[in-house]
Amino acid sequence: MKQVVRGFYSVAYAVKLCKPNVICAYPITPQTEIVENLAAMYANGELGDAEYITAESEFGAASMLVGASAAGARVFTATCSQGLILMSEVLFNAAGMRLPIVLVNTNRALSAPLSIWNDHQDSMAMRDAGIMQVYVENNQEAHDMIPQAYKVAENRKVLLPFMICMDGYKLTHAYEPVDLLDQETVDSFLPPYEPAAYMTTRKPLAFGCYAPPHIYMEFRVAMQQAMERARDVMLEVYKEWAEVSGRDWGGHIVVDYPDSKIFVVAMGSVVGLLRKVVEELRNEGLSVGLIKIRTFRPFPIDELRKALKDAERVVALDRSVSFGYEGPVSIELKSAIYGHSSAEVYSYTVGLGGRDMPKDFLEGIIRDVVEGKEKPGFAFKGHHDFEEVVP
Amino acid sequence: MVKILIEVRFHGRGGQGAVTAADLLAVAGFKEGYYTLSFPMFGAEKRGTPVVSFLRISDEPIVARDEVYNPDYVVVLDPTVMETVNVVAGLKEGGMLIANYPKGSEDLKAELKADDLGFKVATINATKMAMEALGRPITNTTMVGAFGGATRLVALETIVEVVKEWFKGELAEKNAKLVEKAYRYMMEVCR
Repeated sequence: MKQVVRGFYSVAYAVKLCKPNVICAYPITPQTEIVENLAAMYANGELGDAEYITAESEFGAASMLVGASAAGARVFTATCSQGLILMSEVLFNAAGMRLPIVLVNTNRALSAPLSIWNDHQDSMAMRDAGIMQVYVENNQEAHDMIPQAYKVAENRKVLLPFMICMDGYKLTHAYEPVDLLDQETVDSFLPPYEPAAYMTTRKPLAFGCYAPPHIYMEFRVAMQQAMERARDVMLEVYKEWAEVSGRDWGGHIVVDYPDSKIFVVAMGSVVGLLRKVVEELRNEGLSVGLIKIRTFRPFPIDELRKALKDAERVVALDRSVSFGYEGPVSIELKSAIYGHSSAEVYSYTVGLGGRDMPKDFLEGIIRDVVEGKEKPGFAFKGHHDFEEVVP
Repeated sequence: MVKILIEVRFHGRGGQGAVTAADLLAVAGFKEGYYTLSFPMFGAEKRGTPVVSFLRISDEPIVARDEVYNPDYVVVLDPTVMETVNVVAGLKEGGMLIANYPKGSEDLKAELKADDLGFKVATINATKMAMEALGRPITNTTMVGAFGGATRLVALETIVEVVKEWFKGELAEKNAKLVEKAYRYMMEVCR
């Protein structure tokens, strides 16, 4: 039944329906209310025999989840920003140990300067960890992704951590209608986790130990192969989800107006407003389309090549930057379409640290590209002009 | 279908419940069949600092998550916020300022030169009402009722129902009464 709930609750409720065995977290804004909701459910006896552990830090939380997951538990955590990068040492291990940990990252900027607001710099810092990453547009999609994330991560062809990225504040703090799943639907979709191998005193195993040069590389090649297999597993799971829930979120990317000459590419909560902007520009007769990237890892190479084959210009909007180059979405998009499309790419980093992206602003940057007022290449958009003092 | 999109901006001070005010109306609006979206503009999360939150009500799914720059309504939960914040910035022509204010609508209208700027003003002494009912200057439910009475976008019964679900026990009853009092008062003011 559709209810107006806060983003936090839409996540926590879906996690509960997935019947995790261990939830372990450390609070950080704007994530805290997810685990607060789960802690309340735990205290009220609504989480079955799940263990809820309040860690002393994100490092501790991730470490406990690695242990629990290696012992065969279905686990969950949520974090963001400094919390995510504090977890990173452990999360790189979790991926290498092939543990299907599911986590929600409520995207928030990184320090310094300290910012509690939204951008994608935190999850981008985890790009190379071996963790699947999906970016959601609204709280319904966040809610729906939780069972799908477990199903993909726990598939024996995959066995890698799965990170659902949802924009902090813009989604987490928003009250909006969400069709909350019921237990029956989730149970019919998501079977209990049956680990391929797990730690037990009856049959001792070691995870992630010492790999000298003659064997280390094979483990890493296997991770890449798992990530490659995840492409198809995800698509199968997405399709099954559409059948079970009646909500089809599409594949790795979603293309509006595929016959367009100019495309805007974006991820996350800004996509909704962009869809409206693009629709209005279409009504003016401009050949503008929209590509929403859902799956960022594995990167949707084939889908983007196909979608941009005949495109003339691409406006790639990044919510982060790799200092000294440009935004990661732009970098990867260019790399993906190299040799497959002659489109010029306009790489714009926007909305850092919660800088708002009003409709006029989005429309303006697209219009400037459409009208040929811009040159291809990298730029920040939406910042104030200032004179930097070089001491 | 008639396409409507109503955008509301709430100004208050940390601790008065400006965020909850927008949230209550999002829940109430949805109960009446609208699509709704509410979200706060978070700043330094301290009691007493100016706080802003937003509400959108529409008859189609809401995709815009940018801040509200041109509100149809501005709701002010604390009269002193108006001393430091230009609460009516971007308020649409023909829009309305619904303010917790110790004096009458005409006084605030004159002070803000509202007639020249083309917006309506309706005031209610929400601090006094909240102090009497709750013993605390938490004005959110009063202003939610005032918004309902001034705009008639959401029925009194719906807001009362939501408030009773939101709060518990005696607090629910006290706040429900405040909503009703403010709603009826504003219906008179905005006749």
